[in-house]
Amino acid sequence: MIVIVDYGMGNLRSVEKAFERFGFPVKVTDNPSEVIHAEKLVLPGVGAFRDAMDGLRQRGLIEPVKNSIRSGKPFLGICLGLQLLFSKGYEDGEHEGLNIISGKVVRFDFPENKTNGRLKIPHMGWNQISFMKKRIPILSNVPNNVYMYFVHSYYVCPDDESVIATKTEYGVCFTSMIWYKNIYATQFHPEKSQEFGLTLLKNFGNL
Amino acid sequence: MLAKRIIPCLDVKDGRVVKGTNFLNLKDAGDPVEIASLYDKEGADELTFLDITASHENRNIILDVVKKTAEQVFMPLTVGGGIRGIDDIRRLLTAGADKVSINTAAVKEPEFITKASRRFGSQCIVIAIDAKKIQGNSEAQKWEVYINGGRIPTGLDAISWARTIEKKGAGEILLTSMDFDGTKNGFDIELNRTISEMVNIPVIASGGAGKVEHFYDVFTKGKADAALAASIFHYREISIQSVKEYLIRNGIKTRIYK
Repeated sequence: MIVIVDYGMGNLRSVEKAFERFGFPVKVTDNPSEVIHAEKLVLPGVGAFRDAMDGLRQRGLIEPVKNSIRSGKPFLGICLGLQLLFSKGYEDGEHEGLNIISGKVVRFDFPENKTNGRLKIPHMGWNQISFMKKRIPILSNVPNNVYMYFVHSYYVCPDDESVIATKTEYGVCFTSMIWYKNIYATQFHPEKSQEFGLTLLKNFGNL
Repeated sequence: MLAKRIIPCLDVKDGRVVKGTNFLNLKDAGDPVEIASLYDKEGADELTFLDITASHENRNIILDVVKKTAEQVFMPLTVGGGIRGIDDIRRLLTAGADKVSINTAAVKEPEFITKASRRFGSQCIVIAIDAKKIQGNSEAQKWEVYINGGRIPTGLDAISWARTIEKKGAGEILLTSMDFDGTKNGFDIELNRTISEMVNIPVIASGGAGKVEHFYDVFTKGKADAALAASIFHYREISIQSVKEYLIRNGIKTRIYK
């Protein structure tokens, strides 16, 4: 059973429907015991870093999520679910994250450019992901430099660059996906990225 | 680099698409779910539903449409029309919408933008501006904001309103030129450029698309981040694919999806 963690942050229906489409048993829950017993865990989410940590804390989900990740079961973080893995987030002050991956989450900060104007924030829309590693299991049958759908104003900066699976260019070359052992996490939304986003989710289901 | 987005818009009334049903090979040309699916296959970058249901009793039908669409189509979906409160937004997002587009309620209570973006994240709060040129002799062109589907002038200046909504926490602006809408003579380049240069959030240009060249113009001269069109896609006058091919041939970054 794939368990999608519901902690009050955003639309989880698309993620659930995508797994259902491929026939994977899937459940959306905020029950800590179901999170602990999940075979595979998905942490989606959009919104603010601190609200998300509060949402997890209030539902008693922080330790269950951390334990599931530590136990080596496949984990997929999406968008905010990637950012929460990090040590610290800097959205409206400094906030502790789940501290699974060492590093921080910072805001895009673009200077005024007289000729082209400033890059808009949020980074919203379709952008390409460049593979930084070979044979990333959940990117099997996904072409390099494929377009995925992004919506975010903050991005992750891992201390250890070896966790970086893909990078994307938007004013800066930022980490758009990480892969470390059983941990996969994307800044983009595979559930909103049509065919190749669905391929990624299918690959995760098949891990 | 970020691709320019092409967004088809469907006008939905009582759960049915009300204009542009010239689709071939569709079982039910008025079914928003089936048309959404078709646009998905054609490479639309997002979809927008504009709910123009008038009667209060039928307002929940859109939720069912959104639910069914989200089960079929794995791309960003924005829903606008008739959003009055936090609860309307919550219901739409829970049904599977990714963003909501708000016009009248934001003008009537600008704090609503802040409340909504704090509650759901600014990325899902799109503020729609319906702007109409103010005729006058002054040097700088001005536009006035209209509400209630373009029926009521507000006296608000579109440029300063755009700045206000950015400050209040909107994630995106859907900018419709009332002067150009329906003309097929191209987007209002001046309006789009002026607003897009003024704010630091993405601007979706709307109103006036008639030819592939118009999309090129609004992305280059008009500085838009995305372009929305309804009738030219509905009536199959231009395909999304042909717009994208034209843009790529002319050096605009866009996403070809097959």
